[in-house]
Amino acid sequence: MSNASLSLTAAKARLLAYQMVYRAQSGHIGGSLSAMDLMTLLYGEVLRVDPKNPYDPDRDRFVLSKGHCTPALYATLALRGFFPMEDLEHFRQLHCYLSGHPEMGFVPGVDMTTGSLGQGISAAVGMALAGKMNGADYRVYALLGDGELDEGQVWEAAMAAAKFHLDHLCAIVDVNGLQIDGKTEDVMPTEPLDEKFAAFGWNVQTCDGHDFDQLRAALQAALTQDGKPTVLLMKTVKGKGVSYMENDPQWHGKAPGEELFLKGEAELRAKIAELEGK
Amino acid sequence: MGEKIATRVAYGKALVEFGAQYPDLVVLDADLSGSTQSGMFAKAFPDRFFNLGIAEQNMMGVAAGLAACGKQVFASSFAMFATGRCYEQVRTSIVFPKLNVKVVGSHGGLSVGEDGATHQCCEDIALMRVLPNMTVVCPADAFEMRLAVKALLDHPGPAYLRLARLATEVYTETLPGYRFELGKGTFLRPGKDVTIVATGMMVGMAWDAAQILAQQGIDARVIDIHTIKPLDEEMVVTAARDTGCVVTSEEHSVIGGLGEAVCALLSQTCPVPVVRHGVNDHFGRSGKAQDVLNYFGLTPQGIVEHVHRALALKRG
Repeated sequence: MSNASLSLTAAKARLLAYQMVYRAQSGHIGGSLSAMDLMTLLYGEVLRVDPKNPYDPDRDRFVLSKGHCTPALYATLALRGFFPMEDLEHFRQLHCYLSGHPEMGFVPGVDMTTGSLGQGISAAVGMALAGKMNGADYRVYALLGDGELDEGQVWEAAMAAAKFHLDHLCAIVDVNGLQIDGKTEDVMPTEPLDEKFAAFGWNVQTCDGHDFDQLRAALQAALTQDGKPTVLLMKTVKGKGVSYMENDPQWHGKAPGEELFLKGEAELRAKIAELEGK
Repeated sequence: MGEKIATRVAYGKALVEFGAQYPDLVVLDADLSGSTQSGMFAKAFPDRFFNLGIAEQNMMGVAAGLAACGKQVFASSFAMFATGRCYEQVRTSIVFPKLNVKVVGSHGGLSVGEDGATHQCCEDIALMRVLPNMTVVCPADAFEMRLAVKALLDHPGPAYLRLARLATEVYTETLPGYRFELGKGTFLRPGKDVTIVATGMMVGMAWDAAQILAQQGIDARVIDIHTIKPLDEEMVVTAARDTGCVVTSEEHSVIGGLGEAVCALLSQTCPVPVVRHGVNDHFGRSGKAQDVLNYFGLTPQGIVEHVHRALALKRG
């Protein structure tokens, strides 16, 4: 896909996610907006998945290890045709299958149940291990938050991925620098992430998480056959695209009221219009 | 009654025995493969065994990922770590999505012995039993363990299998007409005065207790509940009706395990006196396994005493 087309899809996905959270008056919007460009690129041109055959055993796997960012995942899956767009309107509602966190078996395109941080990356390691045992061709991608790296289980998984030479596994960390209680560097310092992952036996790529050329190049570089898993540390802006939410930790998991919602919605709509050349 | 054998040894042997028949079987361990006996499988099928190191939480997640891609996984560790340390990984990554993973906890109960309270897990059955979708299995002896492993290989979905460290006698092998079915209790001994419902190692002790009781003129029925969830409600209710009182016996806390499962069932179906025999809300302690069991009253004599309490309640 062209960068212009990806930008437009990402802008539409941001608006959908933003509306989902407002309508539900709950949900995690900040980290969904920061990850949206990556999600759009993954489902636009990287993942070998087929919305008509979501359980194809040979498909690439995607695990949303930062499982609270369902607004980003569901908006992306709906735009890709995994389920009807109108279902997004019932996100987090009692009788809708689009629950707060991803539940495999309930949502087409969701490959693993996640939401408790640190668990998804371990499952991704298991998926990659199964692929290796079977001589399968599929690749496994997992998206983590930088706050999620506080979890010890992430580092257990990192050791295992290196031990089993899972070079078809790519972990992507959404380094937006914020978690619920504030800045990651204040809540629990995790840097230097590049040196840590390298010391754990991983290839490390860093890039701007809002630049499609950089993201594309980094994901391409992850396709190694050198026996090492790759981590992509993508620098992002939490709340990207909605000015009052950007870099403000209070929008980690909170829905805006009507006045603020309309302000942000206007910004997102203006972005779409700009990209459509209107 | 032949030589004594631990159920963990029977587990390792069964994995090897059935390994070729189940090509999708993958076995995981967390640096305890010598103790859990999964190491036997590692030796026989090195391509299908993975040691995850001392990292049980990741092991359960890896098990979930393998199962999500078509493998059937037995993930072994000590009961304390398999169910306690990574309780939430088991809950959310494995049991909620109904993945085909058997969580295997060796060294269940007090008979761990010398390692003491930190390693004597008397809460695992409670922790696993409370999970929706979960099957909980605690075989009585080595013979039954082999059949339980086979049954679990044919049972898609999550389950917990408890193994014991201590070598014990085999009771079930010579039972006439014995067959193993998940969710169905095994009738060991008929009796009309009281029913002893036991699981795991306590089944053998219940058998021995019944012999002591017979000498006292008390006719005790003995039931082996190897599957604590789903419980064989029909067998337990029938026994309660026939005998009018029940003693449960388990190498586990009296809170949350077989005893409470039986109480919950009978209170709503056939309210008769039920006396729970097990670990009375204590942590364990170090010592030779038999000494620890004696200290906490997990003996045939302990069961006999509980039977007398149940009979007194029944008389009113």
